[in-house]
Amino acid sequence: MPHEVDMTKALILSLKEWWAEAQEARQVKAVILQVGDFTCVEPDLLTRSFAQQRLSVPFLQDAELVIHPIPFVAHCRACVQDYRPDLGLHYACPTCQAPLHDIRSGRELKIERVEWIDEREKANR
Amino acid sequence: MCTSNGNHNHSTMNGAILNLDLMDGNQQTAAANRTRFDVAGVRCLNLMSSPGTGKTTLLESTLGALDINLRTAVLEGDMTTELDADRLRAYGVPVVAITTGRACHLDADMIAAGLDRLDLAALDLVFIENVGNLICPAEYPLGEHANVVLVSLTEGEDKPLKYPVMFYEADCVVITKTDLSPYLKVNVEQLKANIHQICPDVPVFALSAETGDGLPDWLDWIQNQLTTPVASRRDEPVVVA
Repeated sequence: MPHEVDMTKALILSLKEWWAEAQEARQVKAVILQVGDFTCVEPDLLTRSFAQQRLSVPFLQDAELVIHPIPFVAHCRACVQDYRPDLGLHYACPTCQAPLHDIRSGRELKIERVEWIDEREKANR
Repeated sequence: MCTSNGNHNHSTMNGAILNLDLMDGNQQTAAANRTRFDVAGVRCLNLMSSPGTGKTTLLESTLGALDINLRTAVLEGDMTTELDADRLRAYGVPVVAITTGRACHLDADMIAAGLDRLDLAALDLVFIENVGNLICPAEYPLGEHANVVLVSLTEGEDKPLKYPVMFYEADCVVITKTDLSPYLKVNVEQLKANIHQICPDVPVFALSAETGDGLPDWLDWIQNQLTTPVASRRDEPVVVA
């Protein structure tokens, strides 16, 4: 079982907790999730897992999972500049070959926001 | 609104901003596990690798060679069987088998349940043997003090480049099966260079658990973890502003 199934369970649990506390809570149209390129997550597997698991949650039954990819950006202390490592091939600074050290972005696994279903739009369909 | 996990969210015209960490639940349980270790004065090392790299064999050699006064236990992760756990029980240490079923990694909840079956007050050191997998365990902190990543000579030089997240968060890398070197066309120096390209300061030990060659440096590192512990890379802020 891929870990994306477990991660989707965690996603839905977080959304349920948020929904229980939310002051304004309506049917959800979309869940926007930030997924960094330097994580062990396959976005397609998350999307497919969400499509199955949402069905048991009334406020998510029509929701779509939208993955917002975050690029892998590292920072070279010697050159004082950012660079984009070549995933799978090369991680050192392309200018001075200093090894990977600081990461600016790419490790995100974050529920960014949700969008509501517009009830008027739904009624006019 | 401020939620129970400290994240702030608010409604907008067509939705709500949440900014919730997806792995927050596992992180919280991992932090609780760490507290249990710390309160008991126990050091915990999490061993991770591909299947067949030699985690269990390394633990066998390690348990047979560690100071006999060191009170050690193992949390043994395996998908279906207790075969590896039985091998380690032969060394007379407490071994808790955690069978994960179809799950490809241990998570912090599984470790919390495993700790319920150990007398931490009677221990100094706990090894976690994670499920053989170089991908998923990298995203699941368990409460360990240090991550040990194993890579065998038979896997070639490029594993660190293909599975960078695992190696990025390593506190120690052990290259195993060095006794097979005469039969393999593996450039060990290139393997080390690839590890250090991703994790520049990590200590790397090349050893054979079968012959014992190289084992003393690994044992010294474990002893240093007990006497002069350093913060795990996972505890350091990963993303810089």
